[in-house]
Amino acid sequence: MIAVGYTLVYGVLRLINFAHSEIFMSGGFAGYFVMKALIGSSVPNGASTVFLIVIGIVVGGTTGALVATLVERVAYRTLRRRHAPALAYLISAIGASYFLFNLAGKEFGRYSISMPQPYINHPVFHIFGAVVQLYYVVIFISGVVMLTALDRVVAKTKLGRSIRAVAQDAETASLMGVNIDRTIALTFIVGGALGGAAGFLFGLGTGVVYTMGFVPALKAFTAAVLGGIGNLRGAMIGGLLLGIVESLSVVFVQAAYIDVVAFGILVAVLLFRPTGILGERLGRAA
Amino acid sequence: MIQSLYRNPHVRRFAISFLVVELVALMTGPPGSTEAPTSGFQGSYFEDSSFYGLFRTQRWIVFFTLAVVLFVLWSSWLAKGVAVRATTSKLLAVPRSITQRKPVRWGFMAAALAVALLLPRIVNDAFWHSAMTEQIGVFVLLATGLNVVVGFAGLLDLGYVAFYAIGAYTTAWMTGSLPMPAPFHGHYDPFVAIPVAILIVMIAGILLGAPTLRLRGDYLAIVTLGFGEIVTIFANNLYGITGGSQGSGPIPHPVLHLGPLHYVWSLKPVPYYYLLLVFLVIFLIAFTLLEHSRIGRAWTAIREDEVAAESVGINPLKYKVMAFAIGASTAGFAGVVTASQSNSIFPSSFTLQSSINILVLVIFGGMGSIFGVVVGAIIIQVAYSYLLHTPPQGYQPADLYMYLGALLIVMMIFRPVGLIPSKRRKREIKLSEAGEGHMDEVLTGDTL
Repeated sequence: MIAVGYTLVYGVLRLINFAHSEIFMSGGFAGYFVMKALIGSSVPNGASTVFLIVIGIVVGGTTGALVATLVERVAYRTLRRRHAPALAYLISAIGASYFLFNLAGKEFGRYSISMPQPYINHPVFHIFGAVVQLYYVVIFISGVVMLTALDRVVAKTKLGRSIRAVAQDAETASLMGVNIDRTIALTFIVGGALGGAAGFLFGLGTGVVYTMGFVPALKAFTAAVLGGIGNLRGAMIGGLLLGIVESLSVVFVQAAYIDVVAFGILVAVLLFRPTGILGERLGRAA
Repeated sequence: MIQSLYRNPHVRRFAISFLVVELVALMTGPPGSTEAPTSGFQGSYFEDSSFYGLFRTQRWIVFFTLAVVLFVLWSSWLAKGVAVRATTSKLLAVPRSITQRKPVRWGFMAAALAVALLLPRIVNDAFWHSAMTEQIGVFVLLATGLNVVVGFAGLLDLGYVAFYAIGAYTTAWMTGSLPMPAPFHGHYDPFVAIPVAILIVMIAGILLGAPTLRLRGDYLAIVTLGFGEIVTIFANNLYGITGGSQGSGPIPHPVLHLGPLHYVWSLKPVPYYYLLLVFLVIFLIAFTLLEHSRIGRAWTAIREDEVAAESVGINPLKYKVMAFAIGASTAGFAGVVTASQSNSIFPSSFTLQSSINILVLVIFGGMGSIFGVVVGAIIIQVAYSYLLHTPPQGYQPADLYMYLGALLIVMMIFRPVGLIPSKRRKREIKLSEAGEGHMDEVLTGDTL
């Protein structure tokens, strides 16, 4: 899901959004505070669990979108106004990323905290001998819902059409009456919302900490590249594939080297098939 | 109503200045936790008075005043900025023409060198002696190295610290301080390790660069970032080779036997400072010569327009790999010095954060400008050491990266060429912003 956020922004801007990991983190923290506020001492059950998760996703997504907008305004739009070279975008995005996560570290403390759980995590069913816990079911369902929604938005709505238009050819799109600034901002919002929601779901399982965005973001990027960056469906497939490869590689290498495996895949894909599995164009595929 | 208020430039400007000041309040405020996440504001709004931050008074009054001041300054800059700019450039024209003269430049360099030589005597303080070596000297060296990669060749390398780590670990290996036995079972002096470390680091640069430098700029940034992480992961987990997170064993100090000269380095930082200085001068001279050589010009050509450079017979990959290897060399040397000075090394000292830190030094000083990078690195590292030495209330060492991140954005928005820009770079950015080249390319950055 983070991969999709990346791919969306990338597809439009042809630039990696380095601050995406911090959008992810902000979603995680927002989710944490909401959960803390809403969940009392007793573990909720049934309908309230579903309600809480939906709330968490919405709040995480909203925060993510908000942070993404801020980043776009400050670190991207000012540069775009001036037609700065691409290196400048990269650097300012890195700056934004560093600024945000260290600010979070300062404000929220620099240690990991586990999120109050809206349910008791228990095995739901078994598949191929593997235990599937409730947490994964939650992630799976919300992921499918959100990605389907996104796919429809990009394919069918006016916003989706303008996103695709800008992705294909910004200059021509602006001649056709598409407001580039607006479209880019909206893309950031959609991408940010997805990232924030993903941050909440991730935090639900592993807790939140100010550096939580870094490794998932790197992996998401790998997934996006794997599926063909700028290609939404590709990113989804890439994400799945990467997850499978990582889980399988646990058999062959020590757990500490899983990140190395992910990174190795990234380099290999970039070298041998830089367009990914499904090709690069956002405009064409979505 | 609200719409018109929002579009009113004065209201907007004030709102933005207020937000900026508020952010500063938050940044300089006391650290918080998840229990009290808004503590940055608690010092400003919710408490009557607070002793945190810039001024010892009621914070919100101070910051509100600051916001007003910022607003007024901004407005007057918009009104008179052009005139002020013209006057300053006129005023600076005469001193500038003086500093461009060769004897003045040489004289200035000699003076700077003399100050650098006498510095340990001028600032006679144990903390600053070690800061001079560990924080300032080493980082100036690292920044000049990264400048070759980022500044000259225009390649964004986010894993630069990996080379630094490799240099340090090579030293530990050569001196027999790692679980892995030293080559030929000898226990070499760190001086012997210097050429070996530089060589190994350059090979590492070539090995990393040769496959990855074909990639576009933003991919390259991610790949180098991953490389930096992987080196740390390996250093952390290969217990049999690197000692894992426990770090290396004790690393001996270098011993110099050169004819009548005989000197043994010890834990004292000042001798290391001089060692760094000697090599820094060598590297600086080498890089200055390099910048104006055929290779340096090739780098500039690639940076400005890779396709055009290729069409006039420059092999971009070859020169990019060269930039990587040459840039890495200073990191290798810095690694040797750090390793032998700090006695033992740990994987935790080579993090992504330091990579970004070095990048900030380069950007702040001015990409591609050797002099600018040195000055910028000194300024930032001195500020950092000062904050370490006498931290203001509420400051934590890790906050540094927050400020550095903010600095990166601010530099990119207001002065992308850096503090003391190189002439070539300045012209390039100006051209690019004037719309030279395809519009799409400039807007979305197809070339880097």
